[in-house]
Amino acid sequence: MAELVIESGRIERQYWRDLWRYRELFFFFTWRDLLVRYKQTVVGVSWSLIRPLLTMLVLTIVFGKLGKMPAGKVPYPLLVFCGMLPWQFFAAAISECGSSLVTNSNMISKVYFPRLVITVSSVMTTLVDFLISAVFLIALMIYFHYPPHSTVLVLPFYILLMVAISFGVGLWIAALMVQYRDFRFIVPFVVQFGLYISPVGFQTSVIPERYRLLYSLNPMVGIIDGFRWCILGPETIVYWPGLAIAIAEVVVFVASGIWYFRRTERVFADVI
Amino acid sequence: MAEKPEFAISIANLSKLYFIGENRAKQDGIRHVIEKAVRAPFAWLRSRRQKKSEGVEFWALKGISAQIRPGEVVGIIGRNGAGKSTLLKILSRITIPTEGRVSINGRVASLLEVGTGFHPELTGRENVFLNGAILGMPRSEILRKFNEIVEFSEIGKFLDTPVKHYSSGMYVRLAFAVAAHLDPDILICDEVLAVGDAAFQKKCLAKIKGFAESGKTVLFVSHNPETVRSLCPRSIWLKDGHIEKDGATEEVLDGYLDSVARGVSFSWENPDYGLTIHKVILRNADGEETRRFYPGEDLVVDVFYEAKKRIERPIVAIGVIGISGSCFTSNMLLDGNSPECFEGVGKVSCTFKSIPLLPQSYTVKLNIRASTVTDMIVPYGEVGSFNVIGDLAEYGYTGDYLQYAARSTPVVVPYEWSLPDGRTVSVALNRIQTPSPQ
Repeated sequence: MAELVIESGRIERQYWRDLWRYRELFFFFTWRDLLVRYKQTVVGVSWSLIRPLLTMLVLTIVFGKLGKMPAGKVPYPLLVFCGMLPWQFFAAAISECGSSLVTNSNMISKVYFPRLVITVSSVMTTLVDFLISAVFLIALMIYFHYPPHSTVLVLPFYILLMVAISFGVGLWIAALMVQYRDFRFIVPFVVQFGLYISPVGFQTSVIPERYRLLYSLNPMVGIIDGFRWCILGPETIVYWPGLAIAIAEVVVFVASGIWYFRRTERVFADVI
Repeated sequence: MAEKPEFAISIANLSKLYFIGENRAKQDGIRHVIEKAVRAPFAWLRSRRQKKSEGVEFWALKGISAQIRPGEVVGIIGRNGAGKSTLLKILSRITIPTEGRVSINGRVASLLEVGTGFHPELTGRENVFLNGAILGMPRSEILRKFNEIVEFSEIGKFLDTPVKHYSSGMYVRLAFAVAAHLDPDILICDEVLAVGDAAFQKKCLAKIKGFAESGKTVLFVSHNPETVRSLCPRSIWLKDGHIEKDGATEEVLDGYLDSVARGVSFSWENPDYGLTIHKVILRNADGEETRRFYPGEDLVVDVFYEAKKRIERPIVAIGVIGISGSCFTSNMLLDGNSPECFEGVGKVSCTFKSIPLLPQSYTVKLNIRASTVTDMIVPYGEVGSFNVIGDLAEYGYTGDYLQYAARSTPVVVPYEWSLPDGRTVSVALNRIQTPSPQ
């Protein structure tokens, strides 16, 4: 076994090798979170269906029925659900990932492993919920007799974008929350707010053309649009500048998130 | 394992700086950061560059150097706050040093706490896997050792019960069982044995001992000097962040126990009665001032006073207090031996004959009352402390659980067993073997 050197600012070198060595831990944490999630609940896993279902109903009523937003030929619940799928993932992932370090603080101060494992696992846990909801989407499409278009083949690309942006933002929040617990209050606020400023309950087409670019600064706009385009087919159109912005933001957030996380990781145990 | 490296752990000039201070929370609050950035951007930027300049500096470790060879079992002792935990945290890579470096050869398992990462909602079985993974055991290895772990933990039929329903003893047993099967080259162990019932603690100690005997390196931190004595040939005594002494356990412990017992020397002044207690010293039967006694030795407590005014019939009481309460006292209030008076400079001594105390730590308390009884000239309080040391085996003790003498009721009057097989066995804290040279 190689010699391990612990020195101020030197731990870096073993880091990525350690991450590989601890690869099983990713699954163990995910598995733990999933196992624990619905313990001592009456309806159990159904919660990951009930929540999106109720949200879909409310948004359909508020935006579709009361707000009379356009939906083209697409049933409004379907339109909403396609937007909710990535949004709920994003919201859950940044909350879970953001608080993951603080929640596991007892471990962080008592045992070594690359802390990145915790954050990645929390995103993976959220992804499982996403997949359950996705199954529900299929049921919904069957119910509305809405066959998927061939564009659905591009969906994995958008899922990747969605996971990446959530991970990038989550990393920032996780690292910041270790020092500044203020983020415990900021995150729910962002999540609540984001639901209305992102095109979840309505289509991006209702935004006036001249504000379109500005609106696309929200990375979830490009991603939600992409989901709709993939699932609902050419009923919606791809807004390329929006997609480009989203991709750029994904790259920036993931890269800077890892950078900041790594930079602050060495003091986590001291400040948590 | 082709070649054996020269050292298992090499620590060179290791230091760790913490910042503490009452306004730390305020400084770290995001409001404060934003406020500072908005109010004075330049000052803020400057303070960011040399940010750690505020707050009170605290060197938890300062210039620690040590070499630990493969196969050595080293005890680390020191009072709370001496830097033991910080050292272990650096060695376990939980935190990084401010200065200096550590090189480690071999796989490290560190048990700063048993059951790290145990989740109360998960069953024993699930937690074994989770905890194993957190400690760095691959799943295949856990699977291979699973039965061994379960057997060691004595959890049995509760394996599939959520650990939140476990008793604390079961919890600790399972947690230690996982850790004990890590099979590292270097084991770093902190106070892990402070929990669990006596029988299991013995098992854990045996496991660590076996570990050491198989040529592995062990770093063992404990508050219990007797455990360190029985486990570690070498000890490092940390004091205020530096190494006070590093060497053979007996020598290091002697110095350590002395320093623990010394404390602040007692003095007291009561202007109303014009009485000053200059000092209180403890001596053994040979008249040497000491803080260490063997079971069965005489303990002499000397109280040096100066009475500027004559005090009629003062009532002196001296008590010896162990970890679980009072052991014995001498009390003029009861025995009626008050002197005529205290006047001028003088001394009152009390010799406790053949103290029947087990090897533990004790304090001495003193109380002097006026003849009115209700008036306290010197209120009952601590005036000194001492340790009883020694290996009970030299006193004819042969039990398997001798290390728990450290937590047993301390006073042992001579006693005698009359057994069904007709034997009569006497036990007393009288040394029956010659002491090993200290």
